Amino acid sequence: MKYLTEYRNPQTAQALVAEIRKLATQRWRIMEVCGGQTHNLLKYGIESELTDVVELIHGPGCPVCVTPAEIIDIAQQISLQPMTILTTFGDMLRVPGTAQSLNQTRASGGDVRIVYSPVDAVELARLNPDLDVVFLGVGFETTAPSTALAVLQADQLRLDNFSVLVSHVRVLPAMRIILESSKSRLQGFLAAGHVCTITGLEEYQDLVDTYEIPVVITGFEPIDLLQGIQSCVQMLEHGKPRLLNCYPRSVKRGGNVNAMKLIDEVYQIVDQSWRGIGIIPAGGLSLKPDYRKYDAWSRFVGSRSPVNPIETVCRSAEVLQGLIKPPECSAYGKSCKPAHPLGAPMVSSEGACAAYYRYRINNDPQSEKAPLIDG
Amino acid sequence: MCLGIPGRVTRWLDQDPLFAKAEVDFGGLKKVCHFACVPDAEIGDFVIVHAGIAITQISAEQAALIETDLSDFDPANKSQEEGTSG
Ligand code: SF4
Repeated sequence: MKYLTEYRNPQTAQALVAEIRKLATQRWRIMEVCGGQTHNLLKYGIESELTDVVELIHGPGCPVCVTPAEIIDIAQQISLQPMTILTTFGDMLRVPGTAQSLNQTRASGGDVRIVYSPVDAVELARLNPDLDVVFLGVGFETTAPSTALAVLQADQLRLDNFSVLVSHVRVLPAMRIILESSKSRLQGFLAAGHVCTITGLEEYQDLVDTYEIPVVITGFEPIDLLQGIQSCVQMLEHGKPRLLNCYPRSVKRGGNVNAMKLIDEVYQIVDQSWRGIGIIPAGGLSLKPDYRKYDAWSRFVGSRSPVNPIETVCRSAEVLQGLIKPPECSAYGKSCKPAHPLGAPMVSSEGACAAYYRYRINNDPQSEKAPLIDG
Repeated sequence: MCLGIPGRVTRWLDQDPLFAKAEVDFGGLKKVCHFACVPDAEIGDFVIVHAGIAITQISAEQAALIETDLSDFDPANKSQEEGTSG
C-alpha cells in the first residue's frame, strides 16, 4: 500500500519547477546539507529536472559518511573484547574502517548487534547483567537526543554494564567550514529539516548575517525540496538573503525544548574529526564528565582525542564539501560500487556516491534523465 | 540520514518523563516509540519518529495533508527496520 501525499503531487511539482525556471536569470549554486535530501533530489529526478537553472551541491549531511574510519576501528576492538556486545544502527555495519568493516569483524567473532534505537541497547544491557553492552552513537543533532536518553535511562536504572561510544557531530560548524573554504562556490543553503526540528532556528541567523547567504530550512518530500529551492532562488534573484523556514510542519522556531534539554544535560561540545574533512572545531559532542561512567571512550580506550583521518584513494573529502560530484572520482562505478565501497559515501544510501550510483546519474549528457517524481 | 517517519499515536504505554512510551501507527504498521521529547502528544496526534524516538508533533491542519508512505517503513527495507544513524 502506498499513498501519494500532498507533498508528492506531480502537478504541484511541475508548477514549482516552472516557477523556479521563471525566477532564475542565472544558474544558482545551492547546497542541500542533509544526505536524506540528496537521496530524494536524485530519487525524484529534481536534480536533473533543474540542472540548467540550479546546480545542487551535495553537502556533508550523511552521518555514516562523516564517521571517521578510526571510530569504526575502536568499535571493532570493543566488539572483540570478551563478554562485550557492541550495538549500533544497521547502516554502520558496512562502513569501511581502516582495515575492515564491522560486518567483517562480526564474521571473525566480534559480537556486533544491530539496534533500531539506542534505547534498545539499554534494554539489552538490563536483560544481560553479566555482559558489557556498548552503543556506538553516530549522527547529527537529530540522533544525539536518543543517545542522551539512553544514557539517562541507564543512569536511572543504575546499570553499570552500559556505555556509549559517542561520535555525534554538529551540523552548523561544518556549514561554516564549507563556507570559509576558499574553494567554496555555493550561494545558498537548504538546511537539514530534522536537525532544525531539534535545534530550532536561532543559531542559523548568525550564518545568514555573517556570510550574507540565504538559508532555507527544508524538508524531505519532493514538494518540500522544490519549495526550498524556489524560496532560495527567489532570495538570490532579489539579492535579499534571509533565514526562512519552509518546513514549519516539523520545525518550530525554538526547536524541541525537551530534546535540547537532553542534549545539554548529557553532552559537551568538542572538536571532532569528520571523515574526509578533518578536525572541525566544535564539530562534535562528547559525554560530560558527570556521565564518564557511561563513556565507552574512558572505559575501553582511555582519554578521548580527535583522531587524524587517514588518506586513501577515496575523494570523499571533496564530495562531502561539495567540491566535486561523485562521477569525478576515478574510482566511482569502477573499483568503488555499493557492493564494494571504497569510501563511506558509497555505503549509505544517503551518501552522495551511492545515491548517484543508484539513480544512474553520471556526467554523460546522453544518459537517461530520471522522470520528475517517479519514486 | 536524518530520516523521520510520520505516524499517528494510538495508545500510551508509559508516561514516566524519562521512560515515556507510546504505540505509533505508521500507516498500518504499529511500533512502540519513546516519547521523552514529545511528552504532550495525545492519542490521534501525528508525530515524526527518528531512531525510535518521537522528535516533533505535527499540527492537526498539517497532519491532514500527510499520509504515511509505507515504503518509508518497509520491514523489507533493512536499513530502516534496523535503524539508521542520521
Ligand atoms: S566513488 Fe567511492 S572512492 Fe570515490 S569518492 Fe565516492 S566513496 Fe570515495
